[in-house]
Amino acid sequence: MKSLPVYPQPQRPRFWRSLEELEGIERREETSQEALAWAKGMDRRELFKFGGVSLALAGLTACTRQPTEKIIPYVRQPEEIKPGTPLFFATAMPLSGYATGLLVESHMGRPTKVEGNPLHPASLGATDLFSQASIYGLYDPDRSQSLTYLGEIRAWPAFLSAMRLAVEKAREKKGAGLRILTETVGSPTLGAQLRALLMELPEAKWHQWEPANRDNAWAGAAMAFGQPLDPVLDVSKADVILSLDADFFSCGPGHLKSVADFAARRRTRNRTAMNRLYCVEAAPGVTGASADHRLPMRASQVEAFARTVAALVGGGGGGASSASPFAQAVAEDLKAHRGKSLVVAGDYQPPAVHAIAHALNDALGNTGQTVSWIEPIPVKPESHADSFRRLVADMESGAVETLVIVGGNPAFTAPGDLGFAKALDKVKVSAHLSLHQDETSTLCRWHVPEAHYLESWSDARAFDGTASILQPLIAPLYGGKTAHEVIAALTSQPERTSYEIVRDYWKDRMGGDFEGAWRRALHDGVIEGSASARKTVRAGSTTGREGQAPPLRHEAGGRTDLEIQFRADPTVYDGRFANNGWLQELPKAVTKLTWDNAVLLAPATAKKLNVASEDVLRLTWDGRSVEAPAWIVPGHAEDSATLHFGYGRTHAGTLGSKTGFSASALQSSKALAGGSGLEIAKAGRTYALVTTQHHQNMEGRAIVRAATLEEFEKTPEFAHEMEEAPGPEESMYAHYPPHEYAWAMAIDLNACTGCGACTLACQAENNIPTVGKKEVSRGHAMHWIRVDRYFEGSEANPATYHQPVPCMHCENAPCELVCPVGATVHSAEGLNDMVYNRCVGTRYCANNCPYKVRHFNYFHYGTQFRPPSMRMLANPEVTVRWRGVMEKCTYCVQRITVAKIGAEKENRRVRDGEIVTACQQACPAKAIVFGDLADASSEVSNARKSPANYGLLEDLGTRPRTTYLAAVRNPNPSLEKTGVWDVERKTS
Amino acid sequence: MSDLEPTTPGGPTDREIIGPGHTFGSVTDKISSIVLTRKTPMFWTVGFGIGFLLTILMLFAIGTLFVRGVGIWGVNAPVGWGFAIVNFVWWIGIGHAGTLISAILLLLRQEWRTSINRFAEAMTLFAVAQAGMYPILHLGRPWLAYWLTPYPNTMALWPQWRSPLVWDVFAVSTYATVSLLFWFVGLIPDLATLRDRSKKKLPQIVYGMLAMGWRGSAMHWHRYDMAYLLLAGIATPLVVSVHTVVSFDFTIGIIPGWHSTIFPPYFVAGAIYGGFAMVLTIAIPLRAVYRLEDFVTLRHLQNMAKILLATGLIVGYGYMIEAFMSWYSGSPYEKFMMWNRMTGPYAPIFWGLMLCNIVTPQFLWWKSVRTSPLGLWIIAVIVNIGMWLERFVIVITSLHRDFLPSSWGMYYPTGFDWATYIGTIGFFVALFFLFIRFLPMISIFEMRTLVPEAEAVKEPEP
Repeated sequence: MKSLPVYPQPQRPRFWRSLEELEGIERREETSQEALAWAKGMDRRELFKFGGVSLALAGLTACTRQPTEKIIPYVRQPEEIKPGTPLFFATAMPLSGYATGLLVESHMGRPTKVEGNPLHPASLGATDLFSQASIYGLYDPDRSQSLTYLGEIRAWPAFLSAMRLAVEKAREKKGAGLRILTETVGSPTLGAQLRALLMELPEAKWHQWEPANRDNAWAGAAMAFGQPLDPVLDVSKADVILSLDADFFSCGPGHLKSVADFAARRRTRNRTAMNRLYCVEAAPGVTGASADHRLPMRASQVEAFARTVAALVGGGGGGASSASPFAQAVAEDLKAHRGKSLVVAGDYQPPAVHAIAHALNDALGNTGQTVSWIEPIPVKPESHADSFRRLVADMESGAVETLVIVGGNPAFTAPGDLGFAKALDKVKVSAHLSLHQDETSTLCRWHVPEAHYLESWSDARAFDGTASILQPLIAPLYGGKTAHEVIAALTSQPERTSYEIVRDYWKDRMGGDFEGAWRRALHDGVIEGSASARKTVRAGSTTGREGQAPPLRHEAGGRTDLEIQFRADPTVYDGRFANNGWLQELPKAVTKLTWDNAVLLAPATAKKLNVASEDVLRLTWDGRSVEAPAWIVPGHAEDSATLHFGYGRTHAGTLGSKTGFSASALQSSKALAGGSGLEIAKAGRTYALVTTQHHQNMEGRAIVRAATLEEFEKTPEFAHEMEEAPGPEESMYAHYPPHEYAWAMAIDLNACTGCGACTLACQAENNIPTVGKKEVSRGHAMHWIRVDRYFEGSEANPATYHQPVPCMHCENAPCELVCPVGATVHSAEGLNDMVYNRCVGTRYCANNCPYKVRHFNYFHYGTQFRPPSMRMLANPEVTVRWRGVMEKCTYCVQRITVAKIGAEKENRRVRDGEIVTACQQACPAKAIVFGDLADASSEVSNARKSPANYGLLEDLGTRPRTTYLAAVRNPNPSLEKTGVWDVERKTS
Repeated sequence: MSDLEPTTPGGPTDREIIGPGHTFGSVTDKISSIVLTRKTPMFWTVGFGIGFLLTILMLFAIGTLFVRGVGIWGVNAPVGWGFAIVNFVWWIGIGHAGTLISAILLLLRQEWRTSINRFAEAMTLFAVAQAGMYPILHLGRPWLAYWLTPYPNTMALWPQWRSPLVWDVFAVSTYATVSLLFWFVGLIPDLATLRDRSKKKLPQIVYGMLAMGWRGSAMHWHRYDMAYLLLAGIATPLVVSVHTVVSFDFTIGIIPGWHSTIFPPYFVAGAIYGGFAMVLTIAIPLRAVYRLEDFVTLRHLQNMAKILLATGLIVGYGYMIEAFMSWYSGSPYEKFMMWNRMTGPYAPIFWGLMLCNIVTPQFLWWKSVRTSPLGLWIIAVIVNIGMWLERFVIVITSLHRDFLPSSWGMYYPTGFDWATYIGTIGFFVALFFLFIRFLPMISIFEMRTLVPEAEAVKEPEP
């Protein structure tokens, strides 16, 4: 019998339930613990556990953008983010290669306010205009938000592959054709990256360019010492200071420290021996305004003046007999203070002047005392003008195939004679990293949005070499890249993040316990012991070096003997801050202009040219012309015109475009600071400039009270003799009963340099809107603390006084009396409070305020906080005011309240110095003191006990809580006799 | 129309307050016919049309103001008050003549007031209506204007009583209420006349309701006289108080040019001065167009011219004392303020004010000027302008340069400032034209007491 065929056993099941079974894959049974837990249902404990974890995780995905890398808070631990309690993180702001250390306030992960880092040598707790306003730049709604190629949006990898292609092509020629253009590189990490890249591609070149550079300073140091060096000034040790056209109070390396050191010896309260500052300069600046003797002088005359002083000091007879009384007095004074004097030359002065200054300091024994020397902070101290000129020449000759521009805006800042924009057309691959789609970006093929420094990992060094790590406060808002990442894109490791790059750089250098040192550096904001070693150098003789000065200040050979000088703008700098509303609206320290630059002229020159302020002038120099309006500035040097560069941007953004006039079109790469041969013609039209102060004269009123040191020592209470103030009993009304606290402020007019940092700090702290040029021109500016500037004396060379004016918090406040709804009332602690909710907007209070410190929301200016990014800028502790409401200085009542709550919790009084107002905190001169009058030992009580203390318009019986310490100048008696310094001042 | 002409040709002389030959009937006919029977003249149509168009302009300006904010005006720091307050004070001043004529002259038994009181009161009311708008419009948040009143609220918040602006609220609202009542009460007998004379249904109903059942009984007349007299008594102090309180807005302030004790009397005199100028500005064209020379006679014009001259001299004295005191005070701020008014950027306005308010009224010393309607009208218009300039000088030149030279600034009115100002003039004109079209512009029943027939029924004076 034939057996039944045996079917082969099937390899695959005949019947299957699922594809997995068919394929022989064993289906995992749902036996995991979690599934069981769900299946059997949760008990109460577990429910809570799950709920708690979900809630905690939900918190982690909150709306702010946290960087993934670990950063260290300054005061409190980050794991304890308490809603409503800000954290402070240390970082630093690099500008032109030098860093200012900062503490940045962060509310729930969003940075809102910049303060100075007291541990940082370039800040000492204070901030300058640029760092204070930089937070506005972070949230600027016009920031570039996407990487583009020829205007079309691309992804980062597309950029990486384009760069790789370009680099590979260049690699065949050892890098020839690859060029990198940066601004002054101060970051050691970036420097190391660039060096490594150049090592790999030896034919590639790295150029540097920015218009506000240190070409002259380094060339001058090289003349004197044989190598470029950076000075470290110690103004505190100097009894006599001579500034040769150096505005070292308002910009430049270590300017905040210089101001602090200078002011420490000027303050009338706890006064030490007062120093004396001489200043020669053409355009009046912050330093000149603080000087005891200021001599207006064309920039080209400074060298001759310096030589005369050097000859007089050195005892050499050269020209000494014909020397002006001013030069003689300066020389005598310097000689009398050997080792305790200081000569500073300005960055825009030719190298020869620097060399003379160095020689003078050497001859006077100041080197090592008031000035010492270190290796330059920037990684590659070179002449930017030369470097840039070489680049443009190569671009024109076609030698540049790939140009990577890291930061900066050379298409705008390039001097007019170079034709950079045209040369850029010849470059096949061009890329530009910048915060905005600016003039350069539109000309380059690639544009990479840059991460703001508050979004970046990086490092930077202060003027004395102290290094800081920059840590990001927030993840890049628009996916911006740092310079480190763009340079890395040119290397074999293109995907490295700046965190890794910066950390790797410091890993070798911090030594020991790296993690600990890293955390400490992030926490403190400085790397301990990283300051540069002082070098012992001797300046060579400067005699016979006249001919060696590079022709930086050339004679253009024009017909007139007018001279032009170019300077970085006091508020928008070289144009990079043009779209920063705060800086645009900040009145410039001396001219009080906002939203524009102008051709600054001396009154006598204007008269000679028959020019009035706001007349549009056609400036012709070196074969190029620019039109700009005139602005007459008392104290400007005659036959000289000053034009600030940084204005006239075309692609700055909504705020910055079409403001002011471009100076760079007129500039020459051979003479960046300007020169003679300027021709001025009237264009026959006018242009409206906007200033916040129309009247410069005190009209004989005792507003800023000033005396010489001699007068002050003879009659310390001179300020009181200038005006009769009614006694406290001369009032019909009872006084407010004494309270636990009595807040008051004292402002030292002798320390104030008028820089305006207080105005900006107040604006940032108190959510004060900017209103725009038109509204400022209509008298609608909103700054709660303004800095008034008065001239006294002759038009040609007046004394300049600055006076910050916040709310006076009068004890008999005229504003409170007249408000029909009680929207402005007196607090028990003496604050003049504004109740925004109650205000109906009669403006009667503002009319009746003799100090005019009240500001009204004529329109809904608060709408500027409407763009989503700007919303993040606002300080959550201060109300954003709406239309129709009055506002004014509150003495930073939010800070007072925080301190009081803290003190109450510890059952104690608020300690003196615990409350720091925003203006006080920012002030580099520490001119502002705030505190409690009820505490007789507080600093403000002591300040008010000073004989120089006086209240503004005290004779009105307002009893202001804000008082002033009178200005005391320290003129040279021998100059006063010769009458060089303002005869009028003495007679008035 | 010829039947309405006076029976004796030549018209009234400058001594008479009513033309000769008038009887009860002719007075009633003449005045009521303007409302009831006469054809609306072209003058009215054109005048009302202009007023109406300007009212639209005002509504546009106000609408823009509410949408965009008070920044559309020229106000700024340091000049926080601009046209709005200038116009407010100007209109309030104009609003003084009506009550003065009605109440004070009534109490003083000045019979010549009779023919001018009705439209002077109407003018007062309409002027106060314009004035009342400004303080609300000039607020930053006008929708919260009611916070100036002491209304009960859960937060137990009251206005701040030390502020003159709160006093203003009471002064102006009281004045507006009393003026309205006084005007309306004065209208009741005439409304009844119109009710009785109208031949159409609608006017009969409307006038009938407004006449409040007036039948002219002896009891009615008795009570009416008493009520009117009482209202006059109440209104009299208001003539002084309103502008005194308005002047406090300035005197309470600390600003040089405001802080002055002379302001109350000088403001009141100025208000009467401006008010009478406005009455003349309106009366002279009206009497010409509606042929009312019989009722508003040269005597009326002359009397008003005399008041204009007298108050003009008081105002001039005020200016002089103000200047003297600023020098005599020894305060540098006061001295500068005066010097700045005379020589500063607003000097043309100051000297314009002097020309309008001090030089111009001196022509009124001549009787030929006082009895020339055209000459008088020109002077009245100039005085109106002068009074506006005065308020401009007080409000703006005081504020624009006060204590700290750093905060000095300028005030320039914007198009919206002008639109609002001209718009309120238009609104005033429109209201006034409506008034002369629909209500008797001269008091009929009071005019009837002046005709010879009335002498017969009058009881002899005790």
